[in-house]
Amino acid sequence: MTDMSTRSEGLFGQDTPARRIMLSLAAPVGAVVLSIIASGLILVVAGSNPLSAYADMLGHARRLETVVSMINRATPLYISGVAAAIGFKMNLFNIGVEGQYRMAAIFAAYVGGSVTVPGVFHMGLILITAMIVGGAWAGIAGLLHTQRGVNEVISTIMLNGVALGIIAALVRKWQAPGEIVVVGVGTEPIADSGIIPNLSFIPEWFGDIRSTELTGVLVVAIIVGISYHVLLNRTVFGYDLRAGGINPLAARAGGVQPKRMVMIAMLLSGGVGGLVGIAEIMDKGRYDPNFVGFLGFNGIAVALLGRNHPAGIAVGALLWAFLDASSDILQVTGTAPKETVDIMRGVILLTAVIGYEIVRRVRIREEATAAAARLAEVAR
Amino acid sequence: MALAIELTGITKRFPGVVANDNVNLTVQAGEIHAVCGENGAGKSTLMKILYGMQSADEGVMAVNGAEVTFSGPSEAIDVGIGMVHQHFMLAGQLTVLENVILGAEPMRRAGRIDFAAARAHLAEVGEAYGLTVDPDDLVETLEVGERQRVEIIKVLYRGAKILVLDEPTSVLVPHEVDELFRNMRELKAAGATILFIDHKLEEVLEIADTITVLRQGRTVATVKPNEVTTADLAELMVGAELPTPDSGNSTVTDDVVLRIRDVTVLDADERPVVDKVSLVLHRGEVLGIAGVEGNGQNELVNTIMGTIETNHGTIEVSGDELTRASVRERREKGIGYVPQDRHEEGLLLSAPLWENVALGHQTQRPFASGIWFDRNGAARRTEVVCEDFDVRTPDIDVSAHALSGGNQQKLILGRELTAKPGLLVASHPTRGIDVGAQAAVWEDIRDARAKGMATLLISADLEELIGLSDSIVVMYQGRLVATLEPGSITPRELGSYMTGAAIIRQSVPGDSDRVP
Repeated sequence: MTDMSTRSEGLFGQDTPARRIMLSLAAPVGAVVLSIIASGLILVVAGSNPLSAYADMLGHARRLETVVSMINRATPLYISGVAAAIGFKMNLFNIGVEGQYRMAAIFAAYVGGSVTVPGVFHMGLILITAMIVGGAWAGIAGLLHTQRGVNEVISTIMLNGVALGIIAALVRKWQAPGEIVVVGVGTEPIADSGIIPNLSFIPEWFGDIRSTELTGVLVVAIIVGISYHVLLNRTVFGYDLRAGGINPLAARAGGVQPKRMVMIAMLLSGGVGGLVGIAEIMDKGRYDPNFVGFLGFNGIAVALLGRNHPAGIAVGALLWAFLDASSDILQVTGTAPKETVDIMRGVILLTAVIGYEIVRRVRIREEATAAAARLAEVAR
Repeated sequence: MALAIELTGITKRFPGVVANDNVNLTVQAGEIHAVCGENGAGKSTLMKILYGMQSADEGVMAVNGAEVTFSGPSEAIDVGIGMVHQHFMLAGQLTVLENVILGAEPMRRAGRIDFAAARAHLAEVGEAYGLTVDPDDLVETLEVGERQRVEIIKVLYRGAKILVLDEPTSVLVPHEVDELFRNMRELKAAGATILFIDHKLEEVLEIADTITVLRQGRTVATVKPNEVTTADLAELMVGAELPTPDSGNSTVTDDVVLRIRDVTVLDADERPVVDKVSLVLHRGEVLGIAGVEGNGQNELVNTIMGTIETNHGTIEVSGDELTRASVRERREKGIGYVPQDRHEEGLLLSAPLWENVALGHQTQRPFASGIWFDRNGAARRTEVVCEDFDVRTPDIDVSAHALSGGNQQKLILGRELTAKPGLLVASHPTRGIDVGAQAAVWEDIRDARAKGMATLLISADLEELIGLSDSIVVMYQGRLVATLEPGSITPRELGSYMTGAAIIRQSVPGDSDRVP
């Protein structure tokens, strides 16, 4: 090695960091562009005008209320994405966030509705209950994996089904007595002290909003994102987790205990997953059968799109929320069928995954070329 | 004789350097032609050009007399060139037959695979070239040598007459090498042309009809094996004399670093794979373990490292009993580890170098302070490792798979030695790397030994064992059956101990100072 200080001026050219960022953005940006083209073509074939549909979508998204509602939708999605990403980093495919957050939500709603403690403690109690229940539910899959070698994809999918069954039974058991006629089926309402205050003062700086409140769970999501980043990249535990995901055998030889890591990763993933439903129960104040579903599965998509990166997942969650909002407006204006957004989602996900793989290969080739060149250079 | 391959003036430039510089290579039809050279000499680039994986910037390629240009490997296959890669590309869960036809399946109507035709063709190929494998065996049940045979059959099945073998012996143990060479001779007798890359010079002299030596991207010589010695070849390759392992003056002390007593490891069927092994290793000593692969060396290494359970007996390092300790506790006690397969157990291939250098030491300084991982500390240490151990890399942010095998190995050795371990467990530390990198690894182990490191060396390279070790024990069917003085033994004699042919009762541990 001659001079390490010149390393950033290697064969990638002097713009190495910029080029690396450009490469990593190429796939998602390309995916979005491709999805716009692809769904545009489909709209044309179906007899709609894609341009006016897109104009409706963008016009709608520019309204302050829509922005707030997008952030509200993106918040649980983001938490769900991080939950999935924790598993992915350890090569664990936790499909069970769906069941984990629903179980967590109903238990947290029940506990929150049954007790009254002063403000912060009440909120904390609900959050911690959600994390414990989510973690425990995922922990079952973790135990099956480490003790019996059951693949977590199978066990978490099965546990989703089990969770739905348990919830259906519990909702009836825990419903508020005598109020069925008034507010429908659901758990006892949580007292005000357990409701996370909204953050509507922030959007109010930008204009007057009445109909939509900005969810306070956003703060929870931001804390989750930062913790995820710090844990993964700045701690020895995070290093162990990533090493175990990249090469389990090498990690084991390097002192990482694979079973222990699988268990912890499942518990963490489920614990974070448990927070997904918080926005819903701490907004409505109860768990009811209209509880929002599919946040777990959409979280997987968002994590995939964001490459398990804390900021990437946020972008993915916002994009998904934007498409949700677009689906609403298309229903109103009727310029295109609302299913257009499902097509766009599918195309984005598919092309992004392919794009990431292409970028990965390009990188490998460039690095190998640079290293080979370096080798030849030194030999000379 | 006709020419199978004629490469004239091949030049391949990568940004800033020339990997192949006006290379000429002429291979006669029906011969075994070896290409030798150090890492970075341009062998791999040349083979990739020949196989259509990369295209040359200048020069002419002719196959069987006709000029060709390839835009991909499939075009090389079309003119009868087949490549057997160093790392096998086989699906373990499929049978030999399924692997062979993968991607070239004979089809019947409605998209069904014609297994009968495939089987018949496979049998024909096997017959014609004298290669035998059971088509119905699962690949994952095969030995390394057999898997390699499947790879060779795979390319023959596709009609290749010219075989390119990329370092075929690097993954084989001695008796498998003999088997491979027998196969290569039969292939040649059946009319195939073989071009192979190797840097084990004895092997090259044994099997090749013609040898072409590359150095720094240029062809420096084409010679016949009967005209040269290994020393001549080495000189052509590196422009210097062949380095030999040599332990120098003894630095063995009386301080016991590793003490193993009656260690037994049982396999899944409760049979002992390591059978009551006892040994003692001192500060400043290199203890070599000789043995044909599969005689319990790996299990012994794994049980010392803590990745498999010790069923009986005790392991002590520097006076502390570690028999039940976790891998991490052992690493923190100062056990360094060079695994036998750097890709499998040594590296995080898709992670940057600085993360690789932390592996195994991530709980210790400079990689960690408390629960926090210290990225700056890791980066600084990595620069030191790259500098001190001559790891040739564009920067420390490239991923480990970008490095050549020799440089990956130097990185692993560097990361272990820089942590100053009291005990180094080194399993085949120079497997599959060129003579230059090999000499560097030997030098590094010798230096660390002089500073007091104890080394347990497992190797299939008998010269390495004899040259580096202060003492050699032979492992046979899970037991230590002989203790030998490296100063007074030849590779040939050692080989006969390893196969169990020359086990002399008197030298069984029990009377020597090896036993505590």
